[in-house]
Amino acid sequence: MSPVLRARALGKKYTQRWALQNCNLNVPAGRVVGLVGPNGAGKSTLLNLATGMLTPTAGTIEVCGGRPAADVTQLTRVGFVAQDAPVYTGLRVRDHLDLGRHLNPAWNDEIAQERIKRIGLDPKQRAGKLSGGQRAQLALTLGIAKQPELLILDEPVAALDPLARREFMQSLMESVAEQEMSVILSSHLVSDVERTCDYLIVLVDSRVQVAGDMEELLAQHYRLVGPRRDTSTVPADQQIISESHTDKQTTLLIRTESAVLDPSWTVTQLGLEDVVLAYMQGSKSTREERPQLEVLR
Amino acid sequence: MIRLTWRQFQAGALVALAALAALGAVLGATGSGMADDYTRGLAAAGGNCNDPISQCREFREAFWQEHQYGFLGTILLLLLLPALIGLFWGAPLITRELETRTLWLIWNQSITRNRWLAVKLTVVGLAGMAVAGIAALLVNWWTSPLDKTDTVDWPRMGPLMFPTRGLAVIGYAAFAFALGVVVGMLVKRTLPAMAITLLVFAAVQIAMPMLVRPNYQAPVSESMTYTMDNVDDLGLSESGEMHMSTKPPEAGSWVLVNRTVDSAGNPVGDFIQLPAEAMAGPCGREAKMEDCVAEVNRLGYRQELVYQPIGRFWTFQWIEFGIFFGLALALGAFSFWWVRKRLV
Amino acid sequence: MIEFHLNGRSGLSPYQQLVQQVRHALRLGLLDIGDRLPTVKEVSQQLAINPNTVLKAYRELEYDGLIAARPGVGTFVTRTLADASLASHGPLRKDLQRWLTKARLAGLDEESIEALFITTFRGNAGEDVA
Repeated sequence: MSPVLRARALGKKYTQRWALQNCNLNVPAGRVVGLVGPNGAGKSTLLNLATGMLTPTAGTIEVCGGRPAADVTQLTRVGFVAQDAPVYTGLRVRDHLDLGRHLNPAWNDEIAQERIKRIGLDPKQRAGKLSGGQRAQLALTLGIAKQPELLILDEPVAALDPLARREFMQSLMESVAEQEMSVILSSHLVSDVERTCDYLIVLVDSRVQVAGDMEELLAQHYRLVGPRRDTSTVPADQQIISESHTDKQTTLLIRTESAVLDPSWTVTQLGLEDVVLAYMQGSKSTREERPQLEVLR
Repeated sequence: MIRLTWRQFQAGALVALAALAALGAVLGATGSGMADDYTRGLAAAGGNCNDPISQCREFREAFWQEHQYGFLGTILLLLLLPALIGLFWGAPLITRELETRTLWLIWNQSITRNRWLAVKLTVVGLAGMAVAGIAALLVNWWTSPLDKTDTVDWPRMGPLMFPTRGLAVIGYAAFAFALGVVVGMLVKRTLPAMAITLLVFAAVQIAMPMLVRPNYQAPVSESMTYTMDNVDDLGLSESGEMHMSTKPPEAGSWVLVNRTVDSAGNPVGDFIQLPAEAMAGPCGREAKMEDCVAEVNRLGYRQELVYQPIGRFWTFQWIEFGIFFGLALALGAFSFWWVRKRLV
Repeated sequence: MIEFHLNGRSGLSPYQQLVQQVRHALRLGLLDIGDRLPTVKEVSQQLAINPNTVLKAYRELEYDGLIAARPGVGTFVTRTLADASLASHGPLRKDLQRWLTKARLAGLDEESIEALFITTFRGNAGEDVA
């Protein structure tokens, strides 16, 4: 199957700054992709480019094999749940389903009605009176019942309380199990991503730092703690992402595909949050072009 | 998409419908009564309506005075109506979807930008034009007896009446709507868009009668001799300073230039200086007006009139409508291009 | 039917936890031959995890011969681990208690004992079928 998202040297510039630079991605189909990074890293920009809401300043992007928003066929392939799940506040829930039904040729009304019932939404309720969690579920229903090949969600649960967040993710995962749908979801809440995603894109400072199968990537990242040393002694196949030194100790966060053989290191695997933090710190020091001389906790 | 646009637009449409209904009720209740009053009063008055001191003339002026507030009110209404359509239906059309971010919802349904915009523009644009048309129809029906009173201050071709009679209002509504939409797209926020739309629309409405409309067709120039029928303003001071002006040959025409010239064709400025013999004789205190007027003619003074005759009213209405509707279409075309390239 | 739970703080990945919970249930006799496991969809929904994770866990259990998927019907247990009842491990337990006493007499504290055990155990892990 063709990649669900392919980007070549993709870039987007607003008046003064580049929101996304030199982005190269090749995301396989059938995955739940987590797009993580700090706020302002460029996640929304990338997703807006994927849905055709924005046009690239540089490079190209292809989604499900076509140019975003190029024509009706392309639009049916991709669903989108935007940040804060916007809805027409003056319209009722059933009006929203109406609009989905009339404007999407592949719309499955059974799925939509069943979801609304299961979530417990009153079809006659005005969308403006819904809670944040209910709005998110309504927007998700519209995205899912459209039966897209790819569903894109921009920080869908950022503003929700933990229960609403959990219910939303449960809903989403159930639909992924039911339909053959790829998902790209962006979040700065790493714990959700770790549970639900099997493909990872880390975006820091408008650049893609790393992208690939989640388990593989996590298995390739380690924290090495050992006696103080010069980083030039580290073997070439160990890519240093961030480093910090005290007078006696050196801590490195590295990525490598081979084993770490040096016995003077204490080696631990990193969880997703630590990986993202590592890239954030690493990116910061690249910008400042100074070796980190931090005192560890 | 039509259904969605209608649902989004429902509240505004209901307001307009209610307002039109109210207008219709008020005008309907008073209109036919007023028309009857006019025909009866006119018949009763009798006399030559062209004669400045006839009963007919007196009746007409009194009739107009009696209903002048309604008259002015409806003019104000029709002048404002297109602006209101532009402000409340045009400007928020796109800006609301940007501000509430529903654009991110609707553009990700399987509908192209073009179709989305086309439906929104057509549904609401046509509704705006229809509202303007109905309001104009109601008002024109109601004021027809008042229009017949032919008050010189309010000629039908003139810049204050012309925009409120005939079908120009429909063109203005289309233009104001399209203007609101485009300004909204460029500015992206509702309130500033409304303010800018109002300013631009007002500027255009002021510029049109000043710069463009007089030139739709070459105006008629006439050099008129003074008669008792056509003399309009007449003022004579003790020292022989006389001020004269005439009405255009057809009532309701739009007078662009109205000045007195002497026998050599030079404009006299503010007033004619009558020679002493005239003041002693035909224009003296005891003399009759007709004699004085005849004397002025004899002295070679004429009134130079440049005007657009009332006969051209409908021609001009169609030209005006065409221009504004054409502008609306051009703005519409621009909006399609802008949506594609640079809206978000 | 078994209900799964995920512990965010255990060192194991979600799919490893699922596999472990099924094996544990089999060992304790909570799952018997012929019992139906929840569907992939049910588990993903309940835990809010990626269906591929569940698929992977079920596939591993199937590879180990513990469960089998019957298309259109469901996934069922085909073998239990309850034969190896804990009661029959009496001698092993006694050996372990003796070793622990020795370790304490050698002066190791709780954490050192645990560290020693874990590193040795993990070092051996590749040799047996987990």
